[in-house]
Amino acid sequence: MLSTLLHNYQEAVAIVLFAIGFATLLFQRNLIRKLIGMNNMDAGLFLFLTSLGYIDGRKAPILEGTKTVTDAYINPVPSGLVLTGIVVSVSVTAVMLALTVRLYKRYHTLDMDEIYAMTLKEREERF
Amino acid sequence: MDFICNLPLFMIIASLFTAALCLLLKRKAAYMVHSFLMVFLIVSDALVLYYTFWNGHFTYKMGEFPAPWGNEIRAGVLECLVLLVFLIVMLCSVAGGYRYLIWEIDESKHNLYCALLNLSAAAVCALVFTNDIFTGYVFLEILTLASCGLMIATEIGRIVLAGVRYMIMNLLGSSLFLLGVVLLYGITGHLLMVPLHDALAVISGDPSMMLTVTFAIGVLTIGLAIKSGLFPFYFWMPDTYGWSTPTTASFMSSVVSKAYIFLLIKVYWRVVGIELMDRMPIHLIMLTLGIAGVILGSVSAIRTNDVNRMVAYSSAAQIGYIFMSMGIGGRAGYIAAIFHLLGHSVTKSLLFLVTPRLEEVSSNSMVFKDLQGSGLRDRASGLFFTICSLSMVGVPVFAGFSSKFLILLAGWERESNAVFSVIIIALAVSTALNALYFLRTVIRIYSHPEGEEGESAPRHKPEYLIPAWVLVAVNIFLGLFPAIATSLLDSGFSMLF
Repeated sequence: MLSTLLHNYQEAVAIVLFAIGFATLLFQRNLIRKLIGMNNMDAGLFLFLTSLGYIDGRKAPILEGTKTVTDAYINPVPSGLVLTGIVVSVSVTAVMLALTVRLYKRYHTLDMDEIYAMTLKEREERF
Repeated sequence: MDFICNLPLFMIIASLFTAALCLLLKRKAAYMVHSFLMVFLIVSDALVLYYTFWNGHFTYKMGEFPAPWGNEIRAGVLECLVLLVFLIVMLCSVAGGYRYLIWEIDESKHNLYCALLNLSAAAVCALVFTNDIFTGYVFLEILTLASCGLMIATEIGRIVLAGVRYMIMNLLGSSLFLLGVVLLYGITGHLLMVPLHDALAVISGDPSMMLTVTFAIGVLTIGLAIKSGLFPFYFWMPDTYGWSTPTTASFMSSVVSKAYIFLLIKVYWRVVGIELMDRMPIHLIMLTLGIAGVILGSVSAIRTNDVNRMVAYSSAAQIGYIFMSMGIGGRAGYIAAIFHLLGHSVTKSLLFLVTPRLEEVSSNSMVFKDLQGSGLRDRASGLFFTICSLSMVGVPVFAGFSSKFLILLAGWERESNAVFSVIIIALAVSTALNALYFLRTVIRIYSHPEGEEGESAPRHKPEYLIPAWVLVAVNIFLGLFPAIATSLLDSGFSMLF
């Protein structure tokens, strides 16, 4: 069991990162911490994907001159997926940051629970 | 290859292109472009449906790269039928809620709103048609971002908070989905559904690999269940649906959450295969959570004092029905699930369009006691609300009855006596609870108010009445002739391979 974990240490680290990020996103009350957790979680997944496609001793899949043998390169598909994933993650982070700024400007705090309490108060005043 | 086979791709590209175009336009032009796009999508989808009905399904290879390398789009009767209902509901919810869009959204933001609508249309088409699970993930995220944008368009403080909570839950869901996809890719080396299915069929012969496969599919299921709001992940729903503008609420509850479920069904049938699904405990878990959702969603709906939140909580119960039916399994269970998905889609979208009209003639209050007599002040909306309520409760003639009946038949066919009796009890209890809170509201809106009469409704415009009648017609059609829809769905399921 332990030797398998050591052998696949990249995947093991990736899953630990994912778990830390997941818990941070779910349980932290501070919005910026939640966002950091989200990026952590994505980083874990990207590390997992990259390590799936990496083959020891091979190079990045960029054609150099006449060297067209496939054994010279690593599997390019996971790298492509990671690139797509990074684009998705960046746009999601941007939207979340914009929302966070919006909330901070209105309520002057980043604590989700405090903001929630304030919105409840707003509602009572409205009706 | 016939020209029609290009249409699914054209639909996605046209939606993306018009989304960019809308950014440059003013309000009226943007809504015109959106309406033209929706009509184009509906006509194209109907053509593809007709084509696939007579000629069988087809797979469109992007750039002619063969499987396992290229990316593919696949269209069959099932996909086209579900998408047709989604698109009709989407068009109706924009037209029916137009009055509130004009009121609630800042004049300079309407083109952005239309751009987001078109973007979500692209994402819904892509989610329904895709044959590649990673493409599924990308459009899942696009749909999440677009629907969050649609939600916070009204810019009330509380809705921004609800948007953040919605995004957080959805991001958790998407990451779990991605984790499932990555694990499946790690095991098989494929992302296209057909090669993935073949590889899984070989791998699942080895009992030591079954645990990994079950874990991957389980994680993927939890991800999509969080996103679509299955019990116990439904607590974001009331704020999300209850506070956004009626068009957004109607679109999100009836198209966005259902598109996630449809993707899940596609993964089960086309990637895992239904025989392999039966060997995993996932169906049993879905059945249990579905039953819990059906009961607890209704209990939450009864306890709330706000009609918008009641409708939102009832969505949680209805999602429970869909998952319960999927948990029954087999073709009958999944046909019942998709039938309920379609029926609920047309009913819930209309409910979200009608409720604000009733509130409008009750001094804009959402509280139950203020709604008294609103059905008398606004007769058309009262009638629509009653029809939807009857359908939700499951009164014959309406779609809700047929789908509950199909769920019962599927349970009878598939399950042991003990499980079947649990399903019957769950259906009976939930129908009673549905009747309690929906009929209570119907009686309330038709009883004469004490004291002075409130203001009566302004004359309704056809842009509200026509979509509402279309949704009612689809609802009654599904209720009166369920055999037509189920036979189409049945042929769709046979085409899934």
